[in-house]
Amino acid sequence: MAFLDRTARSFLLWELVSGMALTLKYFFKPKYTINYPHEKGPISSRFRGEHALRRYPNGEERCIACKLCEAICPAQAITIEAEPREDGSRRTTRYDIDMTKCIYCGLCQEACPVDAIVEGPNFEFAAETREELFYNKDKLLANGDRWEAEIQANLTREAAYR
Amino acid sequence: MGEGAFLEGYVIPTAIIVAQIVAVMIPILLGVAYLTYAERKVIGAIQLRQGPMTVGPFGLLQPIADALKLLTKETILPAGSNRIVFLMAPMLTFILAIIAWAVIPFDEGWVISDINVGILYLFAISSLGVYGVIMAGWASNSKYPFLGALRSAAQMVSYEVSIGFVMVTVLLCVGSLNLTDIVMAQQTIWFAVPLLPMFVIFFISVLAETNRAPFDLPEGESELVAGFMVEYSSMSFALFFLGEYANMILMSGIATVLFLGGWLPPVDIAPFNWIPGPIWFGLKVAFLLFVFLWVRATFPRYRYDQLMRLGWKVFLPFSLLWVVLTAGVLVAFDWVPA
Amino acid sequence: MVIQALAFYLFAGITVASAVMVVSSRNPVHSVLFLILAFFNSAGLFVLLGAEFLAMILVIVYVGAVAVLFLFVVMMLDVNVAQLRQGFLQYLPIGMLVGIVLLMELALIGGAWVLTPEIEAALGQPIPPVTEVTNTEALGQVIYTHYVYLFQAAGLILLVAMIGAIVLTLRTREGVKRQSISKQNAKQRSEAVTVVKVPTGEGM
Repeated sequence: MAFLDRTARSFLLWELVSGMALTLKYFFKPKYTINYPHEKGPISSRFRGEHALRRYPNGEERCIACKLCEAICPAQAITIEAEPREDGSRRTTRYDIDMTKCIYCGLCQEACPVDAIVEGPNFEFAAETREELFYNKDKLLANGDRWEAEIQANLTREAAYR
Repeated sequence: MGEGAFLEGYVIPTAIIVAQIVAVMIPILLGVAYLTYAERKVIGAIQLRQGPMTVGPFGLLQPIADALKLLTKETILPAGSNRIVFLMAPMLTFILAIIAWAVIPFDEGWVISDINVGILYLFAISSLGVYGVIMAGWASNSKYPFLGALRSAAQMVSYEVSIGFVMVTVLLCVGSLNLTDIVMAQQTIWFAVPLLPMFVIFFISVLAETNRAPFDLPEGESELVAGFMVEYSSMSFALFFLGEYANMILMSGIATVLFLGGWLPPVDIAPFNWIPGPIWFGLKVAFLLFVFLWVRATFPRYRYDQLMRLGWKVFLPFSLLWVVLTAGVLVAFDWVPA
Repeated sequence: MVIQALAFYLFAGITVASAVMVVSSRNPVHSVLFLILAFFNSAGLFVLLGAEFLAMILVIVYVGAVAVLFLFVVMMLDVNVAQLRQGFLQYLPIGMLVGIVLLMELALIGGAWVLTPEIEAALGQPIPPVTEVTNTEALGQVIYTHYVYLFQAAGLILLVAMIGAIVLTLRTREGVKRQSISKQNAKQRSEAVTVVKVPTGEGM
């Protein structure tokens, strides 16, 4: 009986037909693809994207030039130079991140005592030249101004776990 | 000979034939272009992807973008290649895929050349297809193309044998080598019903003949990079590509004529026979092409020795047996066509 | 008629030219490709004669199958043409002698060719005019009635040759692992795997 069954199955191409039935079923299923530039997938509030330097609500920059981020950066992508400002407070005169070196590990934002350097939710900062990826302080502050709302929301959501 | 006679005797018939050729070729080339699109869409859908969506609405202009991309690329002639043969191979592949359409009937009388050995002509042309591949592989003077060419030579010759026997079975039931006669003989019932096993064998052999998955060993990406097409670029590659897809459409057309009743509607009653024949023909070809893509999305590639075993040890004896059986039944019941 | 004549001279010219190239071409693969061209043009000549069945069979059998195998073999063999040509001039006189003898014999046969009356009658008899039946039918009627024994004998000879080739080349080697697909397919789960409950800490 088993022999007959096997022979019948092999001559009726049973396995091929059942395989094709399965793929036909998937043909009509809804697709998983996201139409990327037009639709975007959800991003975790812990997502580590493009860096930003934040400011206090009164417009004062948060960074106090403690250089903890520079020290902890495993890729040595951060370069900081600091001097006392006219009012006597310690501020950076230079804050560069080489985005081509950065490995997006997030250690700089962990190290920052004042939540100044953060990795925001933006991941679409591809550039046409290398030079455009050497970020300076102005670029980072501008990023901070641009993404402040999203960054603030993410930090609030994660506050309980930090 | 007067000038009028010359005009009527030579110029006008030539012009009519050229117009017919253009009328057949343009839909085929469009079909080829959109078959590549359909392939990406169908396989995408089966793999739960969307396929091309960006160029034009639903990605409908994608084939045009691809063609422009290929045309603007640089044609590379490998230094060690045999130039004439190297350039002839893609042209031959493409020409062979196109000239076979001369005898395919789209409707009663809608055929460029209604020759009385039509099916043999098609068989001859499809058996020549292997030369494009062999020449490409040899002329490239490189390892992968050569291996691809050898595989394809053996594969195409093996499967041609069973295709030949399948055609013989159909011919036994028709009693004519003319394609229009073959279609007209299917008015009572399509040959796909009484000769279903032969239809299945024909379709599988056609997959091997056109180097399509699961028999795409001559161009198996994972072991031969792109097989016989490795050294080709730009337009010469595009001609191979067009030739392969035109061959798929051609083989679907042949299968339609042989087994699915060509332009005939499934049943000759009111709502079906309002639709004109060429549309039925197109629908059937489109269905077979869908099966081509469906099979590609379903089955993994065959191992080479299994491919040979299937061709010689399974299909050949089975189709031979079926030829004898068909002939026997036809004689026993006195159904032999005049 | 003009077109037919032109087509004839085109096909015939290409056939002869490519036949010459088959012999004179330096690269053996080119030779085979020219041979294919010659076959193809002879098929064209058959079509001009109104023998389209023969033309198609010529293309299918010779171009589609035989020449593919030729090409296959020639491509695989790395023939060194220069080496082959080395003794060419040395053997030329003998070769020419053989050629001349053959030519003379052919001329003698051609000159003394006489058809027996029976064959003349047979030649005239069975083929119906082309307008009434297609040449496939005409050929079938001749082959399967008048010449059926000869035809079957030719088939038998081919069969014997094929079996001979297989017998000569087929050898079963000992100690080679072979795949038996029917055995594999027939294998049941119960024959291959057993599920055992292993008590903890005791092993099998």
